[in-house]
Amino acid sequence: MTIATKQNLESIVGAPRPAKILSVDRNTDDVWTLRLEGQGAFGPGQFNMLYVLGVGEVPISISGSPGKTDELLHTVRGVGGVTNAITSLKAGQSVGVRGPFGTSWPMAAAKGRDVVIVTGGIGLAPLRPAIYHIIENRADYGKVSLLYGARTPKEMLYADEFDSWRETGDIEVLTTVDAAIGAWDGDVGVVTTLIPRASADISDAVAMICGPEVMTRFTVAGLAERNQSKDNIYVSLERNMKCGTAHCGHCQLGPKFVCKDGPVFKFTDVAHWFEKREV
Amino acid sequence: MSTVMDVQAVYTLIDSLKSDGYEVVGPRLRDKALGYVAGTNGSDLPAGLGDDQSPGNYRTRDRGDGALFGFRSSPQSWRRWIFPPNAEVWSARRDNDSFVVDTSAPDSMKVAVIGARACDVAALTIQDKVFLDGQFQDPAYKARRENLLIVAVNCSLDADSNTCFCASMGTGPRVQAGHDIALTEIIEGDKHYFVADAQTDEGSRILEGISGAPAGTDEVAAADSAISNVADSMGRKVDADGLPELMNESYESPRWTVVGERCLSCTSCTMVCPTCFCTNIEDSGDLNGVATRTRSWDSCFTLRHSHIHGGAIRNTNKARYRQWAIHKMGTWQEQFGTSGCVGCGRCITWCPSGIDITEEVTAIREEA
Amino acid sequence: MTQTQGSVAELLKNHPFFEDFAEKYRESLLECGRPVSFKKGEEVFLTGEQANDFFLINKGRVAIQVPASGGNPISIQTVRPGSVLGWSWLIPPHIWRFDATALDDVEGVAMDGRCLRGKVEVDHELAYELLQRFTRVMADRLENTRIQLLDIYGRGNE
Repeated sequence: MTIATKQNLESIVGAPRPAKILSVDRNTDDVWTLRLEGQGAFGPGQFNMLYVLGVGEVPISISGSPGKTDELLHTVRGVGGVTNAITSLKAGQSVGVRGPFGTSWPMAAAKGRDVVIVTGGIGLAPLRPAIYHIIENRADYGKVSLLYGARTPKEMLYADEFDSWRETGDIEVLTTVDAAIGAWDGDVGVVTTLIPRASADISDAVAMICGPEVMTRFTVAGLAERNQSKDNIYVSLERNMKCGTAHCGHCQLGPKFVCKDGPVFKFTDVAHWFEKREV
Repeated sequence: MSTVMDVQAVYTLIDSLKSDGYEVVGPRLRDKALGYVAGTNGSDLPAGLGDDQSPGNYRTRDRGDGALFGFRSSPQSWRRWIFPPNAEVWSARRDNDSFVVDTSAPDSMKVAVIGARACDVAALTIQDKVFLDGQFQDPAYKARRENLLIVAVNCSLDADSNTCFCASMGTGPRVQAGHDIALTEIIEGDKHYFVADAQTDEGSRILEGISGAPAGTDEVAAADSAISNVADSMGRKVDADGLPELMNESYESPRWTVVGERCLSCTSCTMVCPTCFCTNIEDSGDLNGVATRTRSWDSCFTLRHSHIHGGAIRNTNKARYRQWAIHKMGTWQEQFGTSGCVGCGRCITWCPSGIDITEEVTAIREEA
Repeated sequence: MTQTQGSVAELLKNHPFFEDFAEKYRESLLECGRPVSFKKGEEVFLTGEQANDFFLINKGRVAIQVPASGGNPISIQTVRPGSVLGWSWLIPPHIWRFDATALDDVEGVAMDGRCLRGKVEVDHELAYELLQRFTRVMADRLENTRIQLLDIYGRGNE
């Protein structure tokens, strides 16, 4: 049998390429951002498989600007063997990279419209490229509201950038935490309590949601209460992604391979399965 | 143009494949079962041996008719020669602060499978869609697939199909596509012959070297009728009409709870299924700075299969059986434009609880 | 706590808590209300004090807090303009269970609990109307508290 070669994607399907680490910066107690040598274009919301020699490989979303191809940013929370190995790496060392994989946030579909971004904790990382894209193409979008929740004030990611997003980016950044000790004068409460306060027109805005499934579920309900059409909701979902190429079968959600058909989905395309248990 | 061959010609065919440089994989009695083994000679074929299969049960038996291919689904298909259960994908070694990857050259071994059943050939074309037709091609699978030759054998001998249900899945008992040569074995009293058809140029080339006479209309008719007889008498069946839609709406069915109580999550069904493609990817390293990546068959019945940070998504046997069954019979269609089930019946035979997928689908249809 | 010039009637009329509240009831409640304001950082009430009022917040935010050692209270929830603060006036023994601290300069209306209790004892229809609204507030707070308990951002994307 002779099989036509579709595309020479061997480097993506097969082995990771070593990428030199330019810097490692600590964001919070357990979150670090790695700056790597650039690898070219990617879409906001896409991810790479990051590999540490002999330890393993994990999917990590790209957290830098899609407009800057000379560097590649990955924000990683050290929660397991591989992620702890990644966050222990130092500038000058290399990390293996395969990708980019998956779908992107609907930056084109959102053009000319208000945007509401709802996220929590480390979920802001895959949305930062979308935020950078909006700031770099600000005239293309209407009012933009970022609603961001974290467990505590010190677990807020990229907090040092919020003022510049507000001032130079003309983005409304509303934050809240689950609990605050001491001098926090911001809001306390879950991220869904920020929805009624967004100045973006929720009923017509494109919504981008990234967080654990529980957060996504409550957020979709919260947006629906403000007359948001579910057709305008996009969610980034998490499943066990081992290969990135829709071959290993682990990341299925109903008929979807989250690594290939996602991680960013139009909500209505996955609602049937998302709303059921243990699917 | 069909050819008629005798038993001796089948042995010659095997010899000729070997002299063409093929590793011949064929059926043989081993570990009390009729399975596919590499290094097959004509004398290895299980002449006169058959099998009896029922839910949770498999036994070989003497047929008493000298049939070379008188068996039903083997315990495992021959997919392992295209998609090995465990394979090194690449290795890498430390190089100062970086690493260098050694991607092993694609496997160039030519493999010929003799005695491939229609269900398993159909399963191979389904796996082709998984590994070759998507956005990304699997290079190792592609290399092995390109070097594969298939001598299929239509199921023509056993009217009682036991656990098989290929006719209702539209994949057999006559092999449809993806093979190079198709044989139909006919035993009528003293007469024992094979009707052979070439499907590809390579198949024609090989058949030309084998002694045989052009098939007469009687012989072709006998082959057709024997295959039709097997199809018509197939006891088990799945009503495939609108099956993906039915399955997709079945998540809340109470039937999954019932079958979930019988399922042991032992993974047998996924190991014997010829279309299952899930793999686990493991990285390991040694003290000399050499790391290897291996890929091995995995099963959606394991807890780790759906693991994400915070815990597994499918914690119960019910949820895992449901995932497997809805995938095979339902969501596969949207993913790959085909059913994920070929009706080989292995999951029924090799389930220690005797769970019968045809029974489960029927129950779900009756509830709907 | 200082009195301001804002008209209680005006404030009650515009507050979402009293949206669609029958005119006759709103008028009967007027005498229980008085305008209040708190400076940023000022305590609205403290744990253990008598709960004599509830507050309709019109401007500024109030943090509901638990006093903790080291002078660092733990903030549990934020009450925003348009919402109400406090229901201990309604439930015996009428003692505040939490601290409330103004996060901004806050303006609103304090409703006198004793005055209200007197009215609802004799007018159960008014009591029902009022309780319905408080139940909604409590259900919202409870739901939000439950979501907070889930630690919903804790799970990362490894």
